[in-house]
Amino acid sequence: MGNNMLRVSMSPHVHGGNSVKKIMYGVVIAMLPALAVSLFYFGLGALQITLVAVAACVLFEWLIQKYMLKVQPSVTDGSAIVTGILLAFNLPSNLPIWMVLIGALVAIGVGKMSFGGLGNNPFNPALVGRVFLLISFPVDMTSWPSPVVNRLALLDAQTGATPLAIIKEGLKKGEPISDLMNQVPDLWHLFLGNMGGSLGEISAFAIAIGGIYMLMKKIITWHIPVSVLGSVAIFTGILHIVAPEQYADPIFHLLAGGIMLGAIFMATDMVTSPMTRTGQIIFGVGIGVITVLIRVFGAYPEGVSFAILIMNAFVPLIDKGFKPKRFGEVKKNG
Amino acid sequence: MLKTFPKGGVHPHENKFSAHRKIEVLPLPKQVIIPVSQQIGAPSTPVVAVKDVVKTGQLIAKSEGFVSANIHSPLSGTVTKIDFFTDSSGYKRKAIVIDVEGDVWEDSIVRDSSLVKECSLSPEEIIKKISDAGIVGLGGATFPSHVKLSIPKGKTAEFLLINAVECEPYLTSDHQLMLEKADEIMVGISILMKALNVSKAYIGIENNKPDAIELFGKKAAEYKGVEVNALRVQYPQGGEKQLIKAVLNREVPSGGLPIDVGCVVHNVGTAFAVYEAVQKNKPLFERVVTVTGKSLNNTANFMVRVGTPVTSLIEAVGGLPEDTAKVVNGGPMMGKALNTTDVPVTKGTSGILMFSEKESDRKPVENCLRCSKCVYVCPMGLAPYLQMALSERAMWETLENQHVLDCIECGSCSYTCPSGRPLLDYIRLGKQTVNKLIRARKA
Repeated sequence: MGNNMLRVSMSPHVHGGNSVKKIMYGVVIAMLPALAVSLFYFGLGALQITLVAVAACVLFEWLIQKYMLKVQPSVTDGSAIVTGILLAFNLPSNLPIWMVLIGALVAIGVGKMSFGGLGNNPFNPALVGRVFLLISFPVDMTSWPSPVVNRLALLDAQTGATPLAIIKEGLKKGEPISDLMNQVPDLWHLFLGNMGGSLGEISAFAIAIGGIYMLMKKIITWHIPVSVLGSVAIFTGILHIVAPEQYADPIFHLLAGGIMLGAIFMATDMVTSPMTRTGQIIFGVGIGVITVLIRVFGAYPEGVSFAILIMNAFVPLIDKGFKPKRFGEVKKNG
Repeated sequence: MLKTFPKGGVHPHENKFSAHRKIEVLPLPKQVIIPVSQQIGAPSTPVVAVKDVVKTGQLIAKSEGFVSANIHSPLSGTVTKIDFFTDSSGYKRKAIVIDVEGDVWEDSIVRDSSLVKECSLSPEEIIKKISDAGIVGLGGATFPSHVKLSIPKGKTAEFLLINAVECEPYLTSDHQLMLEKADEIMVGISILMKALNVSKAYIGIENNKPDAIELFGKKAAEYKGVEVNALRVQYPQGGEKQLIKAVLNREVPSGGLPIDVGCVVHNVGTAFAVYEAVQKNKPLFERVVTVTGKSLNNTANFMVRVGTPVTSLIEAVGGLPEDTAKVVNGGPMMGKALNTTDVPVTKGTSGILMFSEKESDRKPVENCLRCSKCVYVCPMGLAPYLQMALSERAMWETLENQHVLDCIECGSCSYTCPSGRPLLDYIRLGKQTVNKLIRARKA
């Protein structure tokens, strides 16, 4: 090779080897335990919803990039698969397929591609899809199949309320927490995932395994999950101590509903969360506090999705306000 | 827990293939090309003319002002040309060409290898000798050493820090020099301490060089006030601000210099050059250069005369490997890519790296994921993603307010970016433009 053929580029001349693909497929792997638990409790219906959501997200992204934006499709980066699985995780397992398709179209089309694709979307695309469905089809979106009735059925005939809904309805009727707690699964079952709810949110245990995997692979840091879960625990803990018959205990709040899924898989979405550690903690506390406010004082039994979307909207402000601490940012001669 | 700097940093594969390879003296070249601009600061002025016969160690270009350095002939021979040549930066720069006829040294240089420990010179005399010998920072920055030793009025030096970190992957020249010239380096350190009038010196060594840590631990015990600090491997610990933070937990203020926190930092190779200059009257005309690469069978640490063509170094290890696509002057994180190997080794050349086609392919650029990894690894606490975006959009004033000039160009951001974004490329552009604007404002 002749000397005149040498390449010249600016330093650094080496790269660490991380890539968008590695991150996205890492997240997919981290979601597998939660998916497995979902299949165990909800059977084939859960599998069908997941496959449809993933296929639809990938297909819509490809179609929009190819025929509307006229750019080289980038579906192999894995981000549409992540959105697909997350969307499925936020749906009841017997939602009609056509609704899943609409959810996927809104998630990818409105939530992601209309802002310029991966990296440019201010809101978590899967949550945009889910909230669109929740507002459009409130009955279907809150009809939760009961776990382990018939694993082979695509549509479960038997449905029931989620633990959070049972508490909310009961409190409205004036029943005390101590009675209501007897109507929901015990903490051990909540931890494992034996409860009604969205496909991927039920098992705190499986979600935590995924979270630990992502921490080990340095896909996420502890700041967002810990600040979300910590603020939920502290806020509900205070309420519970003040009025134990009106407010459920913090462990119940952490295990029921979608807070684990939200804290570990959705609030941590890099694209829609702040860039500094301080900013991430503020973001996480905001999510935790808004979630509890909605759960305890709001109209909906669950508020994680809204809380994350609201805090997503604050991210540009948080990034502006909380810059990293500079080296040497001290008084001269200090 | 070993010390290190707390903010940011990365740990690339070390790939120190040439570690523990004995320093070999490279055969003398037939011709040397000596650029008159081998230091940061003003180019030196030639004091020889074509057809002059020069000896090894003879002054051939003199320092032009305070921030500049003398340059000496690395060999004996005849000056054949003083003209403009392309140097390793790719620019045409003035250089002195000497046809080598032998290696006859100036009589003033002491050539025996006996260790001379005693130095009875005053600080001023020491600094004068260092300045006369044309010593510049040998870690790669090539800042004239006598400037660093001349403490400005109103400041006091409390500590001397010896940078023996060698945090760049691949490079082993400092490591090997330390193993072979420990006594000389220790004397060099004591001379520097005397010049600065400080009673305490720290030698910072990363713990991937346990033999050097042990050796210098023993040697330092014989010297008052010299302490070895083993540091946890982390790039860019060899940046002087990071080294001071790691060793002393002092933070050089933004826009400031080490002396603002009472420190003066010199490279370990510089300490050796100081020994030779002060105790042996030997000017700086040779240095250790690592020649390495994944595709090489033989990697080496060579003692090379300044002005030797890079091509000769590569031939000495068996020639450019077939798959070579890039040759880098310096380390892989901060070194400069050469467009030709027909350039001379200069005082700042610490290594010659050969990268294969595959290694020199850059990742395709994807959208920023906002993963914030660049923010975490930035040792200066900047937001590289934001600086790149501002630079792309030519928002220079905002960029200045975002402290783009604090960037030390370590490259940790580009190294770590999963989307393969050329962060540092754009930040460099931003720095240059902001500097230009500041100059224009002053004018």
